[in-house]
Amino acid sequence: MRTLTEIHPASKPQGAAGESVAHDSARLHVSGSARYVDDIIEPQGTLFAAVIGSRIAKGRIRHLDLQAVRRAPGVIDVLTLDDVPGHTDIGPVFPGDPVLTRDAIRYAGQPIALVAASSEKAARQAALLAEIDYEIQAPQLDAEVALAQQQLLRPSHRMQLGDCAKALQASPIQLQAKMHIGGQEHLYLEGQVSLAIPGEDGDMLIYTSSQHPSEVQKLVAEVLNLSFHQVTVDMRRMGGGFGGKETQAAPWACLAALMAAKTGRPVKLRLPRKDDMQMTGKRHPFVNRYHLGCDHEGRILAADIEVIGNGGHSPDLTDAIVDRAMFHADNAYFLPNADIRGHRVATDTVSHTAFRGFGGPQGMLIIERAMDDIARHLGCDPLDIRKRNLYAEARDLTPYHQQVEFDTLQRLIDELESSSHYRARRTAISHWNQLNTVLKRGLALTPVKFGISFTLQHLNQAGALLHIYTDGSLQLNHGGTEMGQGLHTKVAQVVARTLGVDLSQIRITATRTDKVPNTSPTAASSGADLNGKAAEQAALTLRQRLSDFLAEQQGIAASEIRFSDNQVCWGTSQSMPFAELVQQAYVARISLSATGYYRTPKIWYDRETAQGRPFFYFATGAAVSEVLVDTLTGEYRLLQADILHDVGHSLNPAIDIGQIEGGFIQGMGWLTTEELVWNPDGQLLSHSPATYKIPAISDTPPVFNVKLFDHANTEDTIYHSKAVGEPPLMLAISVWSALRDAISSLSDYRISPDLDTPATPERVLMAVEALRQKLNGDRR
Amino acid sequence: MQFMLNQTLIQVDECAPDTTLLEYLRTHLVQRGTKEGCASGDCGVCTVVLAEPDANGLRYRAINSCITFLGAVDACQVITVEGLSQSTDQLHPVQQALVDQHASQCGFCTPGFVMSLFALTHQPDASSSDNPLLQIHQALGGNLCRCTGYRPIIDAARSLLKNPQPDQFDAQTGSIRQQLTAAQASDTGDITLQQGNEAFFAQPRDSQSLLKLMARYPDARLVAGATDLALETTQQLRPLPRLISTRRVAEMRRIEEQDEALVIGAAVTYSEAEAALTAAFPPLAGLLHRLGSLQVRNQGTLGGNIANASPIGDMPPVLLALNARLRIRDPQGVTEIAIDDFFTGYRQTRLPAGGFIEALILPRLQPDSLLRIYKLSKRLDDDISAVCLAIHLKRHQGRILEARLGFGGMAATPARAYQAEAALQGQTFTADGIQAAQQALTQDFSPLTDVRASAEYRLRSAANLLLRAVLEDQQQHSLEVSHYAHTD
Repeated sequence: MRTLTEIHPASKPQGAAGESVAHDSARLHVSGSARYVDDIIEPQGTLFAAVIGSRIAKGRIRHLDLQAVRRAPGVIDVLTLDDVPGHTDIGPVFPGDPVLTRDAIRYAGQPIALVAASSEKAARQAALLAEIDYEIQAPQLDAEVALAQQQLLRPSHRMQLGDCAKALQASPIQLQAKMHIGGQEHLYLEGQVSLAIPGEDGDMLIYTSSQHPSEVQKLVAEVLNLSFHQVTVDMRRMGGGFGGKETQAAPWACLAALMAAKTGRPVKLRLPRKDDMQMTGKRHPFVNRYHLGCDHEGRILAADIEVIGNGGHSPDLTDAIVDRAMFHADNAYFLPNADIRGHRVATDTVSHTAFRGFGGPQGMLIIERAMDDIARHLGCDPLDIRKRNLYAEARDLTPYHQQVEFDTLQRLIDELESSSHYRARRTAISHWNQLNTVLKRGLALTPVKFGISFTLQHLNQAGALLHIYTDGSLQLNHGGTEMGQGLHTKVAQVVARTLGVDLSQIRITATRTDKVPNTSPTAASSGADLNGKAAEQAALTLRQRLSDFLAEQQGIAASEIRFSDNQVCWGTSQSMPFAELVQQAYVARISLSATGYYRTPKIWYDRETAQGRPFFYFATGAAVSEVLVDTLTGEYRLLQADILHDVGHSLNPAIDIGQIEGGFIQGMGWLTTEELVWNPDGQLLSHSPATYKIPAISDTPPVFNVKLFDHANTEDTIYHSKAVGEPPLMLAISVWSALRDAISSLSDYRISPDLDTPATPERVLMAVEALRQKLNGDRR
Repeated sequence: MQFMLNQTLIQVDECAPDTTLLEYLRTHLVQRGTKEGCASGDCGVCTVVLAEPDANGLRYRAINSCITFLGAVDACQVITVEGLSQSTDQLHPVQQALVDQHASQCGFCTPGFVMSLFALTHQPDASSSDNPLLQIHQALGGNLCRCTGYRPIIDAARSLLKNPQPDQFDAQTGSIRQQLTAAQASDTGDITLQQGNEAFFAQPRDSQSLLKLMARYPDARLVAGATDLALETTQQLRPLPRLISTRRVAEMRRIEEQDEALVIGAAVTYSEAEAALTAAFPPLAGLLHRLGSLQVRNQGTLGGNIANASPIGDMPPVLLALNARLRIRDPQGVTEIAIDDFFTGYRQTRLPAGGFIEALILPRLQPDSLLRIYKLSKRLDDDISAVCLAIHLKRHQGRILEARLGFGGMAATPARAYQAEAALQGQTFTADGIQAAQQALTQDFSPLTDVRASAEYRLRSAANLLLRAVLEDQQQHSLEVSHYAHTD
């Protein structure tokens, strides 16, 4: 008989939910020992693949000659569409994404063939030798033209509250505006990568950097014509995801798997940065319009809002993304009469995809713009207009008829207004601006109200698997993926708290489709909400089993038993170490392994009537940004940011603050320096970090105050926490609004400048010039 | 060739000369702590630290291993993230500071930050700066992080600068220095690395040897810091079988302080030249901090920036404004050529075949001269200029005697604005006095619209930069928003 491990004296438990423990991989990150897919030591005989992509954006392939590729040094095999045994369309929700093309070209970079060679360099060099004769057509890149021509990826959608047209007509003040909102490249620092290892009897093991292992499993099985149970996907960690590895990781996994199946050898496919930027989708560019009616106090009476999401060549997730833009076109404001229309247009670029916020930011931007525009029109401080329009008592119904719990945001804004000294700074800035002719300061406070839940209802479910071993250590697995957000740390903290054991007793393993099946993508900020609850369920099941066993053994009620401090306690002073109970339970033949499962309650949405409760709850926050603008060059700096953000009862304050700060800076990048540029031929010119500029260290404001608004989520979420992944990104709208504030100061705050995003120095200078011309025109 | 990887001496017998250090680490040595982010020197993920003997011991500098050829680390110690800690339980102070501040999220950029911070803390004057935030920005401006927003990384850096802690590297300085000196002594010929009979990486020690090699291998490529050339192999996948490095050519490695001029060897890196350049030309300091990243400035050379004649190089506009001269050496001997005459077209120069730039001669400023240098780009750190302008004026009794305006980003080559210069002649340096010059810029230049900026923005902001110079001269304080970036 085997001996059970010796039990060490218990200590105070460390790292339970609510504590600021370090990321579970922090020590591995800093020592270079955190393993990413490209770091896995390749099995002997591994081939390295490179994609042959289209050099044109639109047209057809007349002739494809891969002879030179095949003959190139080191090349082992070449794969084209003819070699795909199963499905050839890998569209995630709707069809439209061919894994390879041999005929129609719909975007620059579209994969045509795959070459595998004995080294990465050999494969990439060989890929350059493809001779492809194209019939070139002019690409259509303009979203508004696409809408006019009804080039739609999916049907348009409309949400209505009250009678917008009538209320608009009756409004004493009417304002209209239109703006272009740029997309965003994810620029996860670890690019797309997959390693496919063929097993026996047709099985395939995939290591991939993906937010959605179950979908990779499904698509790999489908392209290879296998059952899902033959494909296993393993995902330990990503070097960043941000939505860019929700659907966009799958093509490379499928291609690697196809080549692995064809050659019988392991195949690694890692995209060079340029290919990654040219071949994968981005945040959707939008063109948004509003036509508002308001009263003399600046309260909105009617809001007619149209959002046009540019989805690129295929539907991908565009339907849900434009929906989310519509769901957030109110942001934090009550629109008593609203008519919100959302279009999903097709253009000849890569298929745009999920990116932190998932359309929400683009929807929010138009109503935040409106707040500033109303304020300038009325000569008020924009903060007053925002506060007057906030959801409030009897003004708490969204355009999709969900009731909003409004008091959190009101209190949060009041607290931030005071802690950031908004009013005093406003006065000081106005004074400063009068004294300085070239440099101008700007200030803005903007709120965020972000709906939490997948709007596709069935995705709101999660599973977990928890094993207790006989030394008392635990292994935890759940369906969520770790992309840096600290999900594994938080979920393990939940289990530590539920079982009253040290966090160090719990080991989280790679997300694997053979451990927890049929998982949802780690997206929609839902990772901790869903998987935390599922893991808690698994822990509760095991706790119950152990309690029942102990209760019977000791002749007590199971309800008297407490799990804390690595001990199990009952009665007035009786206890035993957790591990001892585990060992006794094992000997008594109690199962020490359990699954957990969770589905979000209460949510529904009826697309026909455009009404429902799509969100379980709302995450909220607000930010104050102060900028300095050079009116000679359009250059600017963010001088100070003050953020107050609501994560409910935080599962891990340090990790949550990290998400807030990181999201804010990423959002600022989207709205300021990150500019995607396509030429008229449909080629992406900003295809490297040399030309596409995400924020760098000097862009972080020298004064950066971030606080949590500690306030329990009123809904029954995991330890009454709130989701934190996406909402903080939109706090950065305050930076853009502050830039407009600074520009507006040139007109003594009478004119609200047009400032499309990204607000590069060039756009800021052009906005300054346009405003000056308008002022001169007014004077004449 | 030999180099030290952390504490281990590595002997490389044969290797393709265009192999990058990153490729060698990850593929040949299977050391995978160092990651690849972009393979173009733009993200800093692959940062490693080179240690080389100097007068006091060892000099540490962070570099991008993705655009460094293996041959260039000959006789260096390459310090990688794996070399810092004994185990995950015994972290290096830099690593521990990052853990303590929650400064890693996805962790992919983290090894690069670790190495940049390691290099920062090993600078001789690390903890004596009066502006630690500026120092941190300069040290880490070439490391991108997409997750954290940098605040915890800045806090980690602050704590390290405030509480310097000795590490095992301090203790080993003497022995490492000895081993590196021995490794260098073991290089007997010009060719330090080769593959077969045809491919090589050569490191001649003086100008004559360099000329000989160039004559013998006319198709060989000259490589200095490789910060541009390496992209041909990592981005265009073009083989570079024969490389001749300038990194040891004595005549190209000197800085000479002459009475009339500052003479900087063409193979002197930006970092090495910084102190001399900013002492002689104080307004250059701001530009040097924004020229590439520290990793790039630690490798890139002034000569390389000129020789590749990119329209957007940041030093050529300054050299044009300063009326610099180039010392050219070719088989016929040494000549001097004015920088004005050097650039002939897009990436084309008057460099004679078989010749090279040996040094740059920068005439010193006169007491009455005014020098202003501006760079416009989307991002403050590590970005390429949309417009770069160097204004150099000589004035007498309030009137402009001579004006030289060097521009980058406005034409196919770095270029002077001759019409605008002429329009400034005899004028006062005032808003009115520069009006004609501002208008003349449209005759001097028809800039391109490209990924960085539109032609319209370039022309308008160029004209406005002249006004900025006037206003700064009048108000005697900076009107650049960048000055507000580095102060708490």
